[in-house]
This record gives sequence, structure tokens and C-alpha cells, in this order.
Amino acid sequence: MATATAARGGLAATGPGRPAAGRRRRILVAVALVAGILVVWEGVKLLGGVPWRTPLAQPGAPVLWNPPFRWEFANDLNLPHIWNIILTFGEPWQRGADRNVARFLFDAALYTWREAAIGFGLGALIGLILATIFVHSRLLERALVPYVVASQTVPIIALAPLIVFALGANVQSVVVIATYLTFFPVTIAMIRGLRSFDPRALELMRSYAASRWQIYRKLRLPASVPYLFTALKIAATASIVGAIIGEGPGGISDGLGRVIITYNQYYITGPEKLWASIIAAGLLGVAFYLIVLAAEGAVVRGRPGTAEG
Amino acid sequence: MTAGSGPPSPTPAAAPVVRVAGVDKTFRRGDRVVTKALEAIDLDIARGEFVSLIGPSGCGKSTLLRIVGDLTAPTSGEVTVNGKTAEKARRDRDYGMVFQAPVLFDWRTVEDNVKLPLEVLGWDGARRTARAREMLELVELGEFLRHHPYQLSGGMQQRVAIARALTFEPSILLMDEPFGALDEMTRERMNGEVLRIWEQTGTTILFVTHSIPEAVFLSTRVAVMSARPGRITKIIDVDLPRPRTEQTRELRRYFELVTAVREALRAGGGDLDDSGTVGGAASAQRTIAEGGVG
Amino acid sequence: MSLSAGPLLAPGRETLPPSSGSAAGERRALRTTRAIVWYLPAVAVFVGAIVGWELIVGALNLQRFVFPKPSAILAALQANWAEGRFALLPSALATLQEALIGLAIGTVAGLVVAFASARWVTARGILLPLAVAANAVPIIAFAPLLNNWFGLLNPLSKALMAAVLVFFPVMANVTRGLVQVEPASLELMRSYAASEWTVLRKVRIPNALPYFFTAMKVATTLSLIGAIVGEYFGGSATVLGRMIVQSASALKFDVTWAAILLGAATGIVFYLVVVAIERLVIPWHAAMRVDA
Repeated sequence: MATATAARGGLAATGPGRPAAGRRRRILVAVALVAGILVVWEGVKLLGGVPWRTPLAQPGAPVLWNPPFRWEFANDLNLPHIWNIILTFGEPWQRGADRNVARFLFDAALYTWREAAIGFGLGALIGLILATIFVHSRLLERALVPYVVASQTVPIIALAPLIVFALGANVQSVVVIATYLTFFPVTIAMIRGLRSFDPRALELMRSYAASRWQIYRKLRLPASVPYLFTALKIAATASIVGAIIGEGPGGISDGLGRVIITYNQYYITGPEKLWASIIAAGLLGVAFYLIVLAAEGAVVRGRPGTAEG
Repeated sequence: MTAGSGPPSPTPAAAPVVRVAGVDKTFRRGDRVVTKALEAIDLDIARGEFVSLIGPSGCGKSTLLRIVGDLTAPTSGEVTVNGKTAEKARRDRDYGMVFQAPVLFDWRTVEDNVKLPLEVLGWDGARRTARAREMLELVELGEFLRHHPYQLSGGMQQRVAIARALTFEPSILLMDEPFGALDEMTRERMNGEVLRIWEQTGTTILFVTHSIPEAVFLSTRVAVMSARPGRITKIIDVDLPRPRTEQTRELRRYFELVTAVREALRAGGGDLDDSGTVGGAASAQRTIAEGGVG
Repeated sequence: MSLSAGPLLAPGRETLPPSSGSAAGERRALRTTRAIVWYLPAVAVFVGAIVGWELIVGALNLQRFVFPKPSAILAALQANWAEGRFALLPSALATLQEALIGLAIGTVAGLVVAFASARWVTARGILLPLAVAANAVPIIAFAPLLNNWFGLLNPLSKALMAAVLVFFPVMANVTRGLVQVEPASLELMRSYAASEWTVLRKVRIPNALPYFFTAMKVATTLSLIGAIVGEYFGGSATVLGRMIVQSASALKFDVTWAAILLGAATGIVFYLVVVAIERLVIPWHAAMRVDA
């Protein structure tokens, strides 16, 4: 009997692969959505912002448009003009620097991504190993899985300062933090995934007197692939969150986390730069997600419908 | 090809409860015709009749039932129920539906499941309770009021579904392979139950099945269908004595009728597959997608 | 940012006795025994870890600085409970308040949007891709912005960080629960000529409840994370996030650990409250999982 069991994956994933027409429609929707946000944004400023001046102009430049209302949330500090945010990418990242903001943020994002990717790899590996142990030993599963789950109720930023003091203010601590955020979704999804095979297939393997390793290699692991990728997509973002958060107490000055903190301090004089750094963080997250998505596409191509963990 | 003989019992020559006239159904994807599911279907069902639709998998028998119940629209042709369009009949709550899966709500008790249509119809609480209990007594599940569906066997769940379909005394009961998922023994017992209920309530039943013995045992008439395109190739009157009991299954006439239906199926090119079940797969899919930890 | 793992923590169905045969009371007793046996290894690990930690730190005198003995942490918890420079209880309550407000705002917003997107296909076409995109973005990067918008000292700026994190899983899960109804159930309701409103009340909402609680279990943790991340980018000092950073930079690691312990305990209690409400509201769901 079909039961209305809730999907246990915490966050939604896209449905199983749809044909190309669906993809084109989705891209269209995404573009329309972004355009809509931009229109509302500037519309609000048009109605209730401060007087419009030429882009990046100093105060005192000629006024191009005087909005009829003055809403505080729509002033240039809280809601800078979109073109100013875009133009700020071309400015030097700090007074007198030779790199512009775009280049600076790109380098910082690459640096953060490297930390995140190492943490992601380690976390995924640990998750896979833990899940493998747990599916083979009910006793260990019962003994340890509650703590794997409880580990996530400790907000990681709370642990960050401790990890930094224990390991020193360096890249290793940032990697450890990224790893900590990555291993959990992979562990939980893989416990399900490694058990998601058809039980009749297990009986078939038993009838061949297959070893545990053979069953693992030829049955459990292939069955778990869709679950693995669902988890990796969550882990990709989580590892970047970990790296950004870890860079603060870790004293890493080359990464995005530090850049966000720095530009946050200069918010009053240049809110556009904070916006630019937040956009960079968002793009980094999306880029990493897309890399995992592409890897999934390469691995599961030709497989029938994917399950979602 | 219309029903030749009149109904065996009450309501003389009145307008039929169900009249299907010249119904076609084609499924399309875009402009392309994918399947011609039904072609030139004519069928009249009189009040109090028990008509079975039988045919090979994919002959469109379920589609025909769904067209009668206004769950799908015909491509062309007309369906009249109690002198109204099928849609009007549905809005007037003329139908009781029983599907292959019991379609019970997990979050409701057995009693509350049976009350569901009465809630939709806006009956008051006391009447609902009384009626639901009466119906559960009828299907002999009076002791299971407070149980949840998952605590019942498949046969019991299907009996709940039947009780639910009967609560508001619909003028016609549409049953789409209701016992297709049950084992042979349970199925035979359920056949007996359905007959008993039909005799007690005097309702009209349109019944889809792919089991020849079931169709013969239950029906006043059996409509035999062929596949691709789905048509009614023959209508066989079942003149077995009533009430039908387990002994009925041993009568010589019973075997003759079973043979007649089987031959009609063969003549229509239908190769009846006893194990072939349609539907049910969709609901199974979700369970699989859940993956399985404990 | 995390997966819920509720069912993993419950005794599996294969460990339960068959539901027929024994009397109800006897069965309940048996079930309790089984539950104790089931959780025994976890308890053993807990006790073992605490004792081991205490002994190892004591014996090796290793990293005592960063990893104080459990007894020292408890002492620090007691010493800094209500007052002093590191007043832990008021801090935890302040953080909990931010998290609760954020949870409430995020949940209500998520529900409103979920109902809208379940009702209108167009809304669904726009909002579900947005939820997927939001999953890929490190939303916490918006925390400094929210602080700037609503004021560094305003608890609302932290609550809103929590709300944004909570919003997406609630919205996505509830939408799924409202939409992914068995087609046969909808046909049944159609055969009764039930109105769209009746279908919503009698089919879609009950169907979405388990999805909602799954989201809420994730949301409790997320709301605490959101609040603490917001605190991390500046604001009031009497909050858990600041306590942790400040005590660590003052090298008072016993206090840091005590604060972390308090944060974790808050998170677990929060989670268990949701589980308890779930059991109360949809008892059939958990029972079905175990009994069926």
C-alpha cells in the first residue's frame, strides 16, 4: 500500500531530468525572475530613493531625477543603484590598488573555493566511509549515528574559534570547518543510498556466494549514486559556507570571508562593494553546484529515473 | 451491438441508468494520435443491473469506466447517466467509485475514511456517524472503526473502500478492477460480498475486470472487449440462478458461460493474461523512491 | 544545509515484535525493553566518551588548554550561569529569542508562498527554481547586509537571517506535500464533485503535514545557525555567538565549551520539541512507519 511518507531530504531538489524544452523554459523563467527583481529594485528607488545622479558621481553632481518620496530603506546606502554595483566591479578594490574589484573578488573566490573543495573532498570521503561502516554494522550505526546527527545541532560558527585555536590560524582549520559541514549530508544520504538496492538483487548476489566487497562494489555502490549526488549538491554549498565562515577567525586574508568582513566595515562609504562581494559568494556557490551537477550528468547519464534521497 | 435483452428485474423499460452512445477515445501527444483507446462504443445499462467489462490489458475497459464516471472526457460520442450528462451526474453525486487500489487516507481512521464523502456532501455529524457505522456493518468491519488503514489487510481495505462508495447511496457504482490486487481466495470471498451488497442495496454496478470467472459469477451481463482499437465485440447474458453461491461455481451452465466468454475474447483477438495487471505501478513508484532505511 | 535524520534515530521495524499474538500491554512492555536495548550502544558511547575524555586529558595533560575536562566545563557552566562577563543563560535566551522569531517569520512566509505556489502553476514555475537556486547560494553572506539594514543592535536583523534560512526548506517541502498527492485520491474527490477548497482541506493539507514536520526539524537547527551567524557579524554582546568568540579570544576555553554545550543543548531540545509536536499532530505517521 502506498504510504504518504514525507520525503526525508531536508531541501528540495529539482525533479528528475526533463527534456530540453523544459530546460529552455526554466532558463527563461530564471531570466524573467532576475529581470523582475531588478525592475522592482530600481522602481522602488525611482519612487522613494534619493535624487539620481550620474553613476559613481561624487555628491554635488547634477541631479538627473528627483523621486517624489523619501523612503529610508530605498536610499543609496541600503539599496544602492544596480549600475553602481555593476560599475564597482571595475574600480580598484581599495584606494590605489592595481587590481580591480572583479579581479580581486575572483582571486578571493578561487582561494575560498580551493579551501572549500578540499573540505568537500575530505568530507565526502569521510561521509562515504562512515556510511559504509554503518550499513555493515547495525551496532555501530545505533551507537554513533545519533552523534553524527547531534553534531549538526552545534552551529559550526560556534566551533570555528575553537578549531582555529586548536589547529592554529591557518588554512587547515578552514578546511576542517568545511569538512565538518560536508560529511553530514553525505553520511546520512549514503546510509540510505547504500541500502536502496532491490532486495531481490541481494538474494541473487547471495546465490552467487558473492563476498561482502563484491556486493558492495556491484550492488550497493551503484544503487547509491543518485543519493550521493543529491547529498553532494547540498554539500557543495555547505562547504563554501564553512570556508567563508572559517576564514574570519582563521585569519585568512586572501578569501571571500575576509573580504566580506572588510567591505562590511567600509559599508558606509561603499555599500556597493559589500554587495559585490555577496554576489561573488552567491556566484561561487552556484558555480560549485553546477560543477557537481555536471559531474552527476556525466556519471548517471543513461540511467533510468533518479531517486532523491 | 447494443444490449439486446432487457434487464432481468425491476423498473420495466424505463430509460437506462447509463447510456453510452458512439463513444470514441483517442490519446494524443501533440498532434500525433498515440493510441486509439475506444471506438464506437454503445452500451445501455438498466437500473439494478450488474454489468462487467472484460477484455485484455489495454483494451480500454478502464478508460470506458472513467468516461462513464466523468474522470476522462470522450473524444466523441455521448454518455448519459440518469438522463443527464456525465458531468452533471457527477456533480449530482450519482457515482460511487471503487478503484483497484483502495485509496484510503492514512491519516483517517477506518470510520473517518468512510465518512469522507458524507463530509463533502455536507451531512451533519450524527447522521454521518450512524451511516458510516451502518455501512461498515454491511461490509462486516464493524469492529475496525478505530483502526487506521495500514493496520488492515488488502482485502479489508478494499471492503472499506466499498463501504465508502456506498455511504451516500449513489445510483451507480463504478468498480475498476477492485479485486485485481487480491489473491484468488480473498477475491472469491470478496465476490460473494459484493453480490450480497448488490442484492441488499439494489444499486446498479459497472464492473471492470480481467478475470473471466469473476465476470461470469457476478454479472447480469458481460460485455467482452477487444483491444486496439477497443470495442465491445459481444455482450453475453448471464442467466445463472440467484442467489449465487459457492455452488453456482460448480454448475454446468457456469462453465458453459465461462467458455462462451473465453471464446468471445479469443474471437476478438484478445489473449487474456491472468497475471497482467494495469495500474498500481504509479503508487508503488513513490514507495521505491523513498529508499529504505528501517 | 543539513538533512533531517529523524527516522534513523528510531528503532527500525525489523526489531519490533510482530503485532499479532501478544496482548497490548505485554506488547508495550516489550517495546519499551526493545527501545532501551536499541539506544543502549549510543548511551554507552556517550558515557565512554565523557569518561575517556576526562581520563585522557587528566593523564596526558595534553591540550588541556583547548580541550578542558568535562568536569571543568561543567564548573565553568555553573560559574558563568547567570552573571559575570560571560553570563551564559541570558545569552542563550537572547539567541533563542532571535531564533524563535526568525523561525516564526520564516515558517509563516514559507507556508504562505507554498500555498500560493501549490495553487498556481505559474507561481510554482517561478518559485521552485528560486528555491533550488537559493540552495546553491551561501545565504549567510547576506548576514552583514541584514545587520546594516535593520541595525546592528536590533535582534530583528538576526531573526531575519534565521527567517531567510528557514524560509526555503519550509516553502519547498510544503509545496511538495501539497502538490504530490496521489492522483487516485484526487480522482476520488473528483467523483464526489468536491470543490478545490474541500480537496485542499481534506487531502492536500493532511498529505503535506509530514513534509511540513520534516522541514521544521531542519528549520530548528537552521534558525539557530541563522541567529548565531547574524551575531557573528556584530551586534549585542550578550548573545551566544559573541560569548563563544569572546571567551575564546580571552583564552577561557572552559567557558567557550560551556557556551557550545548550551547552544547544542538548545538545538537538541528545540528539535525534540518539534518531534513531540509531530507525534501529537500526526500520530498515524510515526505509528505507520514503525508498525506497518
